[in-house]
Amino acid sequence: MKAVPVSCRRSLLHGFFNVICLRGLYIFINRGGIYMHIPDGYLAPQAAAPLVAVMVPVWAVAVKKVQNSLKKREVPVLAAGAAFSFVIMMFNLPIPGGSSAHAVGAVLLAILLGPWAACLGVSVALIIQALLFGDGGILAIGANCFNIGVVMPFVGYYVYRLLKGRAAAVSGRGLLAAFIGAYIGLNVAALTTAIMFGSQYHLFRAADGTPLYFMYPIKVAVAAMMAEHLTLAGPVEGIVTLLGLAFVGKNYPELVSEGRTIKISNPEAGVTGNV
Amino acid sequence: MFKTYRNLWIALLLLIVLSPLGLLATGTAFGEWGMDELIDEVGFIPQGLAKTADLWQHAILPDYSISGLTATFSQSAVGYIVSAVVGVLLVAGIMALFGKGLKD
Repeated sequence: MKAVPVSCRRSLLHGFFNVICLRGLYIFINRGGIYMHIPDGYLAPQAAAPLVAVMVPVWAVAVKKVQNSLKKREVPVLAAGAAFSFVIMMFNLPIPGGSSAHAVGAVLLAILLGPWAACLGVSVALIIQALLFGDGGILAIGANCFNIGVVMPFVGYYVYRLLKGRAAAVSGRGLLAAFIGAYIGLNVAALTTAIMFGSQYHLFRAADGTPLYFMYPIKVAVAAMMAEHLTLAGPVEGIVTLLGLAFVGKNYPELVSEGRTIKISNPEAGVTGNV
Repeated sequence: MFKTYRNLWIALLLLIVLSPLGLLATGTAFGEWGMDELIDEVGFIPQGLAKTADLWQHAILPDYSISGLTATFSQSAVGYIVSAVVGVLLVAGIMALFGKGLKD
């Protein structure tokens, strides 16, 4: 018991849970890892349902914002981008040790079409995943759309904008900004997911003291989640975002030019026409 | 829909074809454990979890697979590609419908 990490010392007092705490970390890291898609059963209904209620007005605002800013000719980009997010989440990369990671694409969408459009596209992908493929819970749709469809694209987008400055999107600095934006966006979303998971342990207990839903303390959830996302999933997201942005920029420079949101009379203006 | 940004759709098609690569990761992620795995790994099944875990029974392609077609890798790969096609068409379709009323 000497090797008990600091994060578990308090739960040592609970006798029974000290073993679980250690095993929790071990399991997360060695047995397939912990994903950002929260399944049903791991959040209390009284925590999951309000998050659905939170998402309804967010979606309403997103719909309004996108209707007001997106051009008709950009709709295929939104459709392909949302579909890209769906399919890229299917690419589970095997990681030695039995864990795996996959990219989400939310920050790439936000860079190309803005964070509100990314929110809509990723939310639709997540809802289809839950309904048709049982990937992510039904009651957890609000939580998952909040973490992956709101936190991730907004954080990633603004980090990207901040780092990019006035550089072109497809430039050394622009692509690096995309990588870092995606890395940070994914990791902040992983953190909010871990907090949602872990808080259940502290909030919801049965009469005999056993956890009713997620069964590890918040520190374990955060440690396991961040260990994976800082080292594996984050860099993967960064590379996918960088490559995706470079691909779009090379094929359709008008989509990544800064003047895109203002009406461009000459769509061939491209990256150089963005001053 | 497909004409203006043809290369985006070609890239998507390529990703669909390559999607079975995503099956190479074999670990069962936390949260995808069955009840017996929970007992093995955690030692008990949280009561609330037991009640709400199987809320949704209507996934037509559960875990991106066709029921009864998961014996071999190639069978799983077929299920995975079918899932990718269905998912991509649905997600892109919904976004296209949403964008129908937009103007230039």
